[in-house]
Amino acid sequence: MEETAPSTPDRLHPEPRREPLVFELSGEGKVGYSLPPLDVPGTVAIPQALCREEIAGETEITEVEVARHFTRLSKLNFSIDEALYPLGSCTMKHNPRVNEEVARLPGFAAAHPLAPEEVSQGALELAWRLEKSLAELTGLARVTLQPAAGAQGELAGILMIRAALAKEGNPRTTVLIPDSAHGTNPASAHFAGYKVRELKSNARGTLDLHVLEEAMTEDVAALMLTVPNTLGIFENQILEIARIVHAKGGYLYCDGANFNSFVGLATAGAMGIDVMHMNLHKTFSTPHGGGGPGAGPAAVTERLVPFLPRPTIERRGDGTFFLDHDRPDSVGRLRTFLGNFGMFVRAFAYISSYGNRIGEVARGAVLNANYVRAGLADVYHLKYDAPTMHEVVFSDKKQTAYGVHNMDIGKRLMDYGFHPPTISFPLIVHGALMIEPTETEPKPALDAFVAAMREIARECEEDPAIVTKAPHTTPVRRVDEVGAAKNLVLRWKP
Amino acid sequence: MKFLPTSDADRAAMLGAIGVSSVEELFASIPSEVRTTPNLPPPLSEIEVRRLLGSLAARNANARNTAFFLGAGIYNHSVSAVADQMLYRAEWLTSYTPYQPEVSQGTLQSIFEFQTHICLLTGLDVANASLYEGASALVETLLMASRLSRGRTRAVLSAGIHPEYRETVRTYFSNLGFTSVEVPVGSDGATDADALRAAVDDDTFAVAVQSPNFCGVIEDWEIGSRAARKKSALSVAVVAEAASLALLAPPGERGADMACGEAQSLGVPMHFGGPVLGFLSCREEHERQIPGRLVGQTRDAEGRRAFCLTLSTREQHIRRERATSNICTNQGLMALASNIHCSLLGKHGLREIALQSHAKAEYLKGEIAKIPGWRIPFSAPTFNEFVVEAPGPAAPLLSRLAGRGILAGVPLSRWEPESPNRFLVATTEMNTREEMDWLVATLKETA
Repeated sequence: MEETAPSTPDRLHPEPRREPLVFELSGEGKVGYSLPPLDVPGTVAIPQALCREEIAGETEITEVEVARHFTRLSKLNFSIDEALYPLGSCTMKHNPRVNEEVARLPGFAAAHPLAPEEVSQGALELAWRLEKSLAELTGLARVTLQPAAGAQGELAGILMIRAALAKEGNPRTTVLIPDSAHGTNPASAHFAGYKVRELKSNARGTLDLHVLEEAMTEDVAALMLTVPNTLGIFENQILEIARIVHAKGGYLYCDGANFNSFVGLATAGAMGIDVMHMNLHKTFSTPHGGGGPGAGPAAVTERLVPFLPRPTIERRGDGTFFLDHDRPDSVGRLRTFLGNFGMFVRAFAYISSYGNRIGEVARGAVLNANYVRAGLADVYHLKYDAPTMHEVVFSDKKQTAYGVHNMDIGKRLMDYGFHPPTISFPLIVHGALMIEPTETEPKPALDAFVAAMREIARECEEDPAIVTKAPHTTPVRRVDEVGAAKNLVLRWKP
Repeated sequence: MKFLPTSDADRAAMLGAIGVSSVEELFASIPSEVRTTPNLPPPLSEIEVRRLLGSLAARNANARNTAFFLGAGIYNHSVSAVADQMLYRAEWLTSYTPYQPEVSQGTLQSIFEFQTHICLLTGLDVANASLYEGASALVETLLMASRLSRGRTRAVLSAGIHPEYRETVRTYFSNLGFTSVEVPVGSDGATDADALRAAVDDDTFAVAVQSPNFCGVIEDWEIGSRAARKKSALSVAVVAEAASLALLAPPGERGADMACGEAQSLGVPMHFGGPVLGFLSCREEHERQIPGRLVGQTRDAEGRRAFCLTLSTREQHIRRERATSNICTNQGLMALASNIHCSLLGKHGLREIALQSHAKAEYLKGEIAKIPGWRIPFSAPTFNEFVVEAPGPAAPLLSRLAGRGILAGVPLSRWEPESPNRFLVATTEMNTREEMDWLVATLKETA
């Protein structure tokens, strides 16, 4: 492998060995598996032309080397179990380990989605009970568990709205989305066949009722609103917003990515919301896994129930559960089988652990975010000073005077042992630093984070180069992302 | 609560620092009319959570407590202890999308390795970081083909593609102005190559064929690529049983422009259908239209090899409604599991698993064919799954067998009501001759 030596060798701190690619560890004749001897004739009843040669380039490596390789690689990752991971909008909270344990029970992990219903009652009941819990927490009628992630939940929601409007005779053409929204919102609306009209936020950072009233015509299918929004600000005029949307026959869609701030304390149903997707990997603590699997159930109001994706999970009078595929008005299917069932198990275990005290999650999340805000508001610029819910968005406005940008501040945080906040989102805050501590951070961790952020603010004034050249202590130094896109190398080659 | 680390004293100090007297004050911007208290049971302890979830799990027949022959898109292949135990490591489990490469090189390098395995297995140039699962992977691949075609609106699909994949395509296409046309499988169980060619017109952007197809029959990828070439459409190879890729001719070597589908077979447990592992690979000239996350190799400031997410300008967080897809997450942990699995099994193990799975299916197929009144309706070669025609309706028979500890197959009646007696039987390296003989003996009794 081609690598250049570090420029300044240091005998006390020699450069650690770089971890090669697993393919580079391969050695002819090594074996990493064992299979039972074949107990039937070794027939190959496939024409030669349809068969391949050996898989050139694939590995030959032992279990020992594989275990080491992946253990070493893992150590190059920052994780929530290590320290505060304030990635705004992603809700990086502690993942209870009992949830991992129960998800691996053979009755869940080794169960097949097409086994006869009579012998799958436990799995169906779990999904049914999770649906009931999520319906209770959203104050909505029913929930589809099928969407594989939040973005697919959004698409499911908008497709149901479209189907309902189409059934009334006109699917309409446009979806309204505030300029503070997640990028998935406009993308999902587009893939449901809608044009997107962006709404400019007001000085508070929330939706401007005049802008909404002007935009809300009978050509508008839905308003997609994130509650609280990506600035961590609650749409305090939510009831008025719902009234305006409904008055024109439109639907109110809620991006529930930020449900962590009000779960158990308020419901979407009471707010007049018609559809809300949730991210089980955010609010309900299923692990983020280095980028998935997620799960994005979507809850709907009574009017949209006929349009839920197929199949739904139903309970018969005798208490048994079954899948109902016979739903003529359904938007159809968004993926195979029931969804990310393994995530249902974890989320159901999580909800069961909190039970009727789940509102304490939201209380803790909002308390922690406000504590961080109070600790940093004098050193970092806060463009919108409306009350903070579960996350707070600062900017680098004060630090740019010293030539330091939000990305630099994020990178420098790594040297202090923290993951950076979400950088440069939402788009309406230039130089954004979006901080979401979550409820599972103890006060000493928050204090340490605030102290690090304050120290970095001081460094920006006194020694900006230490920040702009950060990180200094990570497994690799600043990575050339521009070069990666210019000179695409997407795989190893034999 | 054991997941909430704020003591009463801490809370009081924090409220003081914030300048409010109660946590409730922080919720003042939520209108009181929408406040509620959830009607949920009281909290459960860890012991009670284990008990509750354990009792639900105990009521599901599964591959560990039955003779197991279910497939139809989800397969019971082996998962090594190393792979599962590695997934428990907090550094893998509790990290997120590697937006910050300096503290995510583990995840990034693992995805880069996963992308490489998928390329080697499919014989194509580049692969993405994974997609949700097989059906939406097919959708994303078709949408990618439509973008490359610049304005064509029609996809030709073999009816041998998994019915839930085709249904998902219809859901996604319904509002985008695209149509999908389905070409039936012939009497031998393979797609009718002439009908496939005839279905392709000037407006067709893609031709998609699955192999092994939903009936378990091995298709020749060339029927798809030949039909597509006729009108300069793109040829899409769909794989729902990825273990087959180690034995069957790779799509890229037989003319496919793109491959996609479900890689659950490569190291991911069945999980009652999810999470599983979608994949997508394609030729280099199309790489800038790939949807979803991509990891690329680059350098750090000191010139060392490093990895990062790349081509993010295709994605929704930058391009919003003009993005190549609305997807945000991939299936990170499942891609890791698959990387570990493929690395352990490697060149020889992956092939041996494919050979064993096939040989066991051949044995079982031969034994079932000998039972009077039972039939194997399709003559075309199969990989590890095949259709059986029972002398009577399959669904009630399969339920009866399930009660006796045999999950013998998946009835086809939900998708093909005209064939109530047919069902799919799948084998993997996990099946023993003993349980196959037990299945055959039991079928004989019922005949």
